Amino acid sequence: MHVVLSSDCYDFTGGLKEVEVEADTVRRLITALEARFPGLGDFVNRRMAVAIDGEIHQDAWMSPIGPDSEIYLIPKIGGG
Amino acid sequence: MSDVLDKADVQSPLKIVGTRPIRPDGADKVTGRAAYGADLNMPGQLVGKVLRSPHAHGRIVSIDTRKARALPGVKAVVTGADFPDVASEMHEGGEAASNLRDLAMNVIAREKALYDGHAVAAVAAVSAAIADEALSLISVTYEVLPHVLDVEAAMAPDAPVLHASMFTEGQETRPTVASNIVKRNRMGRGDPAQAFAAADVVVEGRYTTQAVHQGYIEPHACVASWAEDGQCEVWSSSQGQFMVRTYCAKVLGLEVSSIRVTPAEIGGGFGGKTTVYLEPLALALSRQAGHPVKMVMTRDEVFRATGPTSGAVILVKLGAKADGTIVAADVELKFQAGAYAGSPVGAASMTALACYDIENFTITGWDVVTNTPKVAAYRAPGAPIAAFGVECAIDDLARKLGMDPIALREKNAVRNGVKAAYGPTFQNIGFLETLAAARNSDHYSAPLGPNQGRGVAAGFWFNVGGESTVALHVGEDGSVVVVTGNPDIGGSRATMAMMAAETLGVPMDRVRARVADTASIGFSMVTGGSRTTFATGMAVVQAAEKVVADLKRRAALTWDVAADKVEWRDGAAICLDPTKDPKPLTLGDIAANSAMTGGPISAQVSLNAQGAGPGFGVHVCDVEIDPETGHVTVLRYTAAQDVGKAIHPAYVEGQIQGGVAQGVGWALNEEYIFDRAGKMENAGFLDYRVPVASDLPMIDAIMVEVANPRHPFGAKGVGEVPIVPPLAAVANAVRGAIGVRMTDLPLSPPKIRAALDAKPG
Amino acid sequence: MTKLHVSTVVNGDPVEFLADPGMTLLDVLRDELDLTGTKEGCGSGDCGACSVIVDDRLVCSCLMLAAEAQGRRVATIEGLAQGGHLHPLQQKFLEHAALQCGFCTPGLLMAAKALLDANPDPTETEVRYWLAGNLCRCTGYDKIIRAVMDAAADLRQVRV
Repeated sequence: MHVVLSSDCYDFTGGLKEVEVEADTVRRLITALEARFPGLGDFVNRRMAVAIDGEIHQDAWMSPIGPDSEIYLIPKIGGG
Repeated sequence: MSDVLDKADVQSPLKIVGTRPIRPDGADKVTGRAAYGADLNMPGQLVGKVLRSPHAHGRIVSIDTRKARALPGVKAVVTGADFPDVASEMHEGGEAASNLRDLAMNVIAREKALYDGHAVAAVAAVSAAIADEALSLISVTYEVLPHVLDVEAAMAPDAPVLHASMFTEGQETRPTVASNIVKRNRMGRGDPAQAFAAADVVVEGRYTTQAVHQGYIEPHACVASWAEDGQCEVWSSSQGQFMVRTYCAKVLGLEVSSIRVTPAEIGGGFGGKTTVYLEPLALALSRQAGHPVKMVMTRDEVFRATGPTSGAVILVKLGAKADGTIVAADVELKFQAGAYAGSPVGAASMTALACYDIENFTITGWDVVTNTPKVAAYRAPGAPIAAFGVECAIDDLARKLGMDPIALREKNAVRNGVKAAYGPTFQNIGFLETLAAARNSDHYSAPLGPNQGRGVAAGFWFNVGGESTVALHVGEDGSVVVVTGNPDIGGSRATMAMMAAETLGVPMDRVRARVADTASIGFSMVTGGSRTTFATGMAVVQAAEKVVADLKRRAALTWDVAADKVEWRDGAAICLDPTKDPKPLTLGDIAANSAMTGGPISAQVSLNAQGAGPGFGVHVCDVEIDPETGHVTVLRYTAAQDVGKAIHPAYVEGQIQGGVAQGVGWALNEEYIFDRAGKMENAGFLDYRVPVASDLPMIDAIMVEVANPRHPFGAKGVGEVPIVPPLAAVANAVRGAIGVRMTDLPLSPPKIRAALDAKPG
Repeated sequence: MTKLHVSTVVNGDPVEFLADPGMTLLDVLRDELDLTGTKEGCGSGDCGACSVIVDDRLVCSCLMLAAEAQGRRVATIEGLAQGGHLHPLQQKFLEHAALQCGFCTPGLLMAAKALLDANPDPTETEVRYWLAGNLCRCTGYDKIIRAVMDAAADLRQVRV
């Protein structure tokens, strides 16, 4: 499915802003991104949250992803 | 470990959730019995004190501690040399990513002092007087360097550079010359240039804010003990005992299991206590001295040496069609990070336009270091600052278009199915409902008098989920203890007990809520990020549901019926087997026989809660200006917010009212004032002016409930949203009252007077 | 430095202690007498967290020398509840959820007690100005004011 990257990721993708990837969990998404763009998977794992169909998932390898899910990578959220 | 629940056993209508019981820790808190950071003493403890840099920027040439060490009564002296080098590593331990190397150097300086107040040495002595004398005997030689405070001055090519190894990230080409600009971030969509050109109306503004402090009334305090075998005890007031443990371990090179952190009650945090300042120092001193060391900050130290939030420059440009559709936006944010990298400009960038559905926009953010204390999280970090600029610009746009300010926001509001400015599609949000609640309030249609003005502003915050562990134990008499790892800053013990009692079907006074130390409960992330009711609450409910399932099994065993022939209702097991007709078994009945039916009745749940729902707030503020003095009186304030579900409405109202008060202070009076040498001039509550009781009216909190289906009761985080709108709500009200757009916070009386003087006619 | 011997009455009980001349009443309450209910928020009399009542007068104990307590009666938060029963102010604070972190609460309760002792029927404005010396960062004061007014009403009933 379609994955929209955050600008933080562009260094790893040579400027590519969106990619097509097949994955049914966040863990597999990270692995697939790492395979395509070395360093990206590790970066996403440590620094990015994954919005799956509008819901934000953070540090969540097991979260399921559907074949047509909307996937956005955004910087991890903190708070105060 | 699933975080999506089967809600079949939760009874409705709700009996406890949504009511307003007295908090279970209430008696301790109103009698002075509750123990905060400075209230504990360990036998044989020493007093620890910190020597701080008097210079805003300087190379530490040498530190001579010999005379201090020789003073009778001094048991330990430490400097940066007594701490291990910490590798550069980003850690998500607090409520935002921290670079552990920077954190360690902020705890105690190494080669450079980077702000007035930066810790350079610490002592432990048998009395405060001797500790003070020891500090005066430490001789530090500085090479004083030029300093820079203002964010734009720090970005200038000729600015004094704080870190020789800082090369700006996030630009097309990486610079070869070091600067104070950590990073540039950019996001956007569509074609703003074209959209601006085609717009019917354009508004622009440049806004500035100063550094402001979280302003908790309790100064940082801890007692720490490092035993001969390397086992450490820390008593500390913080937003998270596990965070304290993690950071102490990293700064001192220890394993986490050798440190037990016991959480004191905490006297306010607001994000400012999601990091450590004193604990590693106290531990290092204790190791040297062989005795516990107690350290308590003075108010002066709190201001000078603990993170305020950023001062900033915000540039906003909006373009709209005549019918009010905002077609283009450009936002640029320049944020002070303080002495080390990491301002909340990233979150500010993501939240700046989050309330609105704008097709074409660019947002640029700059993270800039300055010779001021390292900024720490402050309630929705970054968002209030960005919202200040954007919401003032929207107000100007409404005026230019001749539109009602709420109607303009409704026209452009995000709603379910719309893509957020930061990317993903919104679901289960309540922004439109919140706008309607504000619009329909009595306040909004009340008349205004002379010298009075009304301001409206909206705000957004993500809220987070994260890791929590909860343990729930049923005593032999059926009374219940629910244990969490989250310090209770705002009444969360009540909320946890309520959710547990609701799920178990027992009265709330049968459930006690405790906050445990790091050795006695599993890991939990901090109390912050508006996460506790959502994530820890989710774990509480899951633990209670596990217990209910266990109780049903034991009842089935007791009655010798099939497991599916038992229902749990109103705190008792009911037999559904038509061939038997036993009395219901209460929680107490089953607990009395727990040994025979399998052993102690206990459940633990550890989870990483996902799907925290964002919150929206819409505020209406009326002010009156005294034209002679420039003084602004807040006459009336209404804050509507989508809270998902108010578990304990009084504490939800409390979060809203407290956030409003902080925002009002930020708008009208609070600011860090520095002298030419880079020293803070107003490091006390007299001149750092937070709102007092006579500054504020009653604050009407309207709770809108659009449920978050991820949480068993539909709760969304509430604590941070309410500080986001007030800066602009107040500024827009002032604009209404005096007819002048003021863009530089705080809007203190001299500035209002100057604006009135400058008005033509 | 020679310590001073001080005899005083704290929460109705006779108390004696030795104090350095420079020690404040707040220091002595917390460090010598183990009455840690009174808090230090600023040490300069600006926040009110250290509020106590000395001879019927509301004072910031951080601004009073311990030696000045000689021969006087000091009332702290620990003496507000009597015989295991909360004072109406304490009860109303809980009912109205007028505290979140609770750090300012002891000082506020003592200040509110001093107010109601002097003025049993204050207006909202009078309550706000009397309590202006007690900073609260959590609540925005709304529920605190309501609790004090409600307690005042209760206490007026009892007096009648």
